[in-house]
Amino acid sequence: MSTVETGAEAPAPGGGDGTPVLRARGVRVVFTSGFGGGRAAARAVDGVDLDVAPGEIVALVGESGCGKTTLGRVLLGLERPTSGTVEFEGDPLGYSSRDLRAYRRRVQLVQQDPTGSLNPRRTVYESVAEGLRIHGGTTADEAERVTRALSRAGLRPPERFLSRYPYELSGGQRQRVVIAGALVLEPEVLVADEPVASLDASVRGEILRLLLELRDELGLSALIATHDLGLAWNIADRVAVMYLGRVVELGTVEEVLSEPRHPYTRALLSVLPEAGGDPVVLAGEPPDPKKVPGGCRFHPRCPVLASGEAGRAGVADRCRTEDPGVLPGGAGAHTTACHWARAREGTSPGTA
Amino acid sequence: MNTAAAPPPSPRALARRRRREALRSFAREYARRRAGMVGLAGLLALVVLALAAPLLVDPGDLTVTRAPGAAFEPPSARFPLGTDDYGRSILDLIIWGSRVSLAVGFLATVVSVSLGTLVGITAGHFGAGGGAAGRLLSSVLMRLTDWFLVLPTLVLAVALAAVLPRGTGTIILAIGLTVWPATARLVRAQTLAVEARPYVERARALGGGHLHVMAWHVLPNVLPVVLAQTTLLVATSIIAESTLAFLGVGDPTTISWGGILESARNAGAISSGIWWYMIPPGLAIALVALAFTLCGRALEAVIDPRLREQR
Amino acid sequence: MTSLLDVRDLHVTYRSGGGEVPAVRGVDLSLDPGGTLGLAGESGSGKSTVALALLRLLPETARVTGAVELAGEDVLTMRWGRLRAVRWSEAAIVFQGAMHSLNPVRRVGEQIAEPLLIHRTVPRERVGDRVAELLEQVGLPASRAADHPHQLSGGQRQRVMIAMALACEPRLIVADEATTALDVMIQAQILALLKRLVAEHGIGMLMISHDLSVLADTCDRVAVMYAGRVVEEGPAREVMGAPAHPYAAALGAAFPRIGDPASRRAPRGLPGDPPDPADPPPGCVFRPRCPVAEEVCATVDPPLWPVAPDAGGRSPRRAACVHVGPVGEGVR
Repeated sequence: MSTVETGAEAPAPGGGDGTPVLRARGVRVVFTSGFGGGRAAARAVDGVDLDVAPGEIVALVGESGCGKTTLGRVLLGLERPTSGTVEFEGDPLGYSSRDLRAYRRRVQLVQQDPTGSLNPRRTVYESVAEGLRIHGGTTADEAERVTRALSRAGLRPPERFLSRYPYELSGGQRQRVVIAGALVLEPEVLVADEPVASLDASVRGEILRLLLELRDELGLSALIATHDLGLAWNIADRVAVMYLGRVVELGTVEEVLSEPRHPYTRALLSVLPEAGGDPVVLAGEPPDPKKVPGGCRFHPRCPVLASGEAGRAGVADRCRTEDPGVLPGGAGAHTTACHWARAREGTSPGTA
Repeated sequence: MNTAAAPPPSPRALARRRRREALRSFAREYARRRAGMVGLAGLLALVVLALAAPLLVDPGDLTVTRAPGAAFEPPSARFPLGTDDYGRSILDLIIWGSRVSLAVGFLATVVSVSLGTLVGITAGHFGAGGGAAGRLLSSVLMRLTDWFLVLPTLVLAVALAAVLPRGTGTIILAIGLTVWPATARLVRAQTLAVEARPYVERARALGGGHLHVMAWHVLPNVLPVVLAQTTLLVATSIIAESTLAFLGVGDPTTISWGGILESARNAGAISSGIWWYMIPPGLAIALVALAFTLCGRALEAVIDPRLREQR
Repeated sequence: MTSLLDVRDLHVTYRSGGGEVPAVRGVDLSLDPGGTLGLAGESGSGKSTVALALLRLLPETARVTGAVELAGEDVLTMRWGRLRAVRWSEAAIVFQGAMHSLNPVRRVGEQIAEPLLIHRTVPRERVGDRVAELLEQVGLPASRAADHPHQLSGGQRQRVMIAMALACEPRLIVADEATTALDVMIQAQILALLKRLVAEHGIGMLMISHDLSVLADTCDRVAVMYAGRVVEEGPAREVMGAPAHPYAAALGAAFPRIGDPASRRAPRGLPGDPPDPADPPPGCVFRPRCPVAEEVCATVDPPLWPVAPDAGGRSPRRAACVHVGPVGEGVR
């Protein structure tokens, strides 16, 4: 089916040896919901290690409820992990308000819905200048920095947009304003949550191209949470596939998307239109983070286990009883949290 | 490479111009509502009347000792609305009384709306995303609001006015301190809606603190609702002032519409059928309240955030 | 041959505060019984307006001209009583956002039964059985009839919507972005379900989506709309595989095929935004964003023209682009 040569090209730019710019270490987020003690806690993020190297774009792929949005919020310091740490340039993130303020100059958020991300009562200029005003008040070069950020984000000539209100812009232009508002503080990392999901198909590519340009020209790193595997193929260097609060497969885009090993990743790829081959449609509903199954968390829906293939490989019992563990988050090997895949490869890396 | 060829003509000036344009389109929209225009016209006439009162009425005529007419004269060419028990012109009294009634109405509203907005935004903001301490503050504020809300306004105002020294300032404070809970509730609900918008999350991610979110994002989005609420509250406050004066809690030396009504009752105007003493002040109160309500409703319709966001 | 659905020169214009905004500007579509037609386009292309016009569900502010024939009857001129009968029993719509289309305080079974009772398609005492049967057809256990909508997941609610649409055994189903808000895996489940039902029951389906690749996968034919017009129409595989109109090409390339080296680190999109429907540019409306526009495009508004016709001038595919039709000929 897939006929692509495996990442023969140079690997991810910047993915080399240096310290990752952003790193999640054993991050766990547990939400306890209201009503008395009877309710189970929801394990939204259940142990994730993930690195973002300088100048690297990492796609965090998964279905709704898999924890990718929560992980993004943790990395932004908007959510405090129940356990585990976030490291920025090697230093653990502090949660005092001064630490967070300093951190937020350097890591910026781009949200899914550009219409909601802009205050309808503020002009483009005000929305972009907001970050500057929060950090260090109004400066003499404010206007210049705002226009520079706008044209950087592809709104040219910027003067035409300064005094517009969000409702006067198209969806794509609004998302560019949001990106300009992030760029104006000259951050090192962008954390984007479905940055193109609510945009029109023809505009989508333009925004993705902008993110690539920002990486190439400014060396910006990005973590992009999305359900869209095509987005990962379009712009990411590495992909982390998330299922029920864990990263279940991690590697370069070419490795993971062209030669998927985890049965979940395989199923996700097989149901894409034009995938070729037989689609593996997983039955049932998206899983509930309040009821994480024991053993491998994917085993109740796993087509490999159901077909008996895992049994033939001699791992069926382990699938049901043994947690395959947390994958190491760094660049390097293509890793999979799957007993069956490891048995096939004859290796078992990354068992924590 | 992307530095702009020419710096823009001061973005701040541009923003100011946009604001002015927005204001103008707002005025146009308002002008299309007939009821609102009638209310506004009535209001302006009343304010002009109150301001011009010293030109129309000689304050000396309003003292009990130098009253120009005889007691209880029915309406005539000299006294279009008759005279009271001291022989003062009722029309003069009503013109003069508009000053206190309007002043109390406006100032009490300022007090209550400021208080209500402050409490509402604080409770809404910290309730939505302020951690455990914030939620505690928020629920304390809201319990306080609820407590004031269920307390009969009038009883509280009477009690306050009785405790505090007599005077117009006391009346304003008493009304202001009792009418705010409704505003607080309304503002809190609106604040919660604004806090749920992604741009508030974006502001947090940019590093904005509580004050930034409340002042920069919540306030401008809550303000239209507050404005509409204000006009409605002025009517309420004027009525409250009249009621307090009517109950004899006010300052007996100031002339207000409620005060006139109270004197009429004391003078036995009801039982002796002296309608010109009772009806005109009552009508004046009703008309002002109506004018403000008309304006308030029209404002509400023009700035309804649901309608505006669709543009 | 009578087609199941025949839309001819459909125009829809919304009257709004300032003036008239044309949303659909002359659309022709046709669908044979049991066939599947995909209608692709972005927001504002007019595709959802077409769907609503098919059953006269547009608001009063819309002026509709042209003809919409459903099995030979003109829906636009039909009398009210007949229209009510046609809605649901001849043609049913599955909307996106199933949560808002279901009444939260009624049980799922009652809601599926509603069209059955309104149109009296089955005797009252058989309604319960029919509801159970419909639920099983869409892959839900019959016991789910007793649930309220909030007890179901998004995918399950969309299945309920499909069961409701099937209730009166319509000959046409209009699926308007029926899978858009769903996760990849659930979307695959629903698409598989729709494909199966259409094939088993011989129902015609008009499927509307912004995702051309989904339509190409599900439908026999697709039509691509831009700014209120169909700009390309033909067999799904051909339109997707070898698009003749540059907009269809851009829409097809927007969602990359994974494994395709050409799209790796090279997202493709179109510069600019769709035109303001109240003020479309002169000539070809797509010209301002078109990568292959020529001078003539500023003045010529090309009609749909056969792509690579055979000797008799026939072709299964038509596109509205000067690069397809001979320049200067057939110009309106």
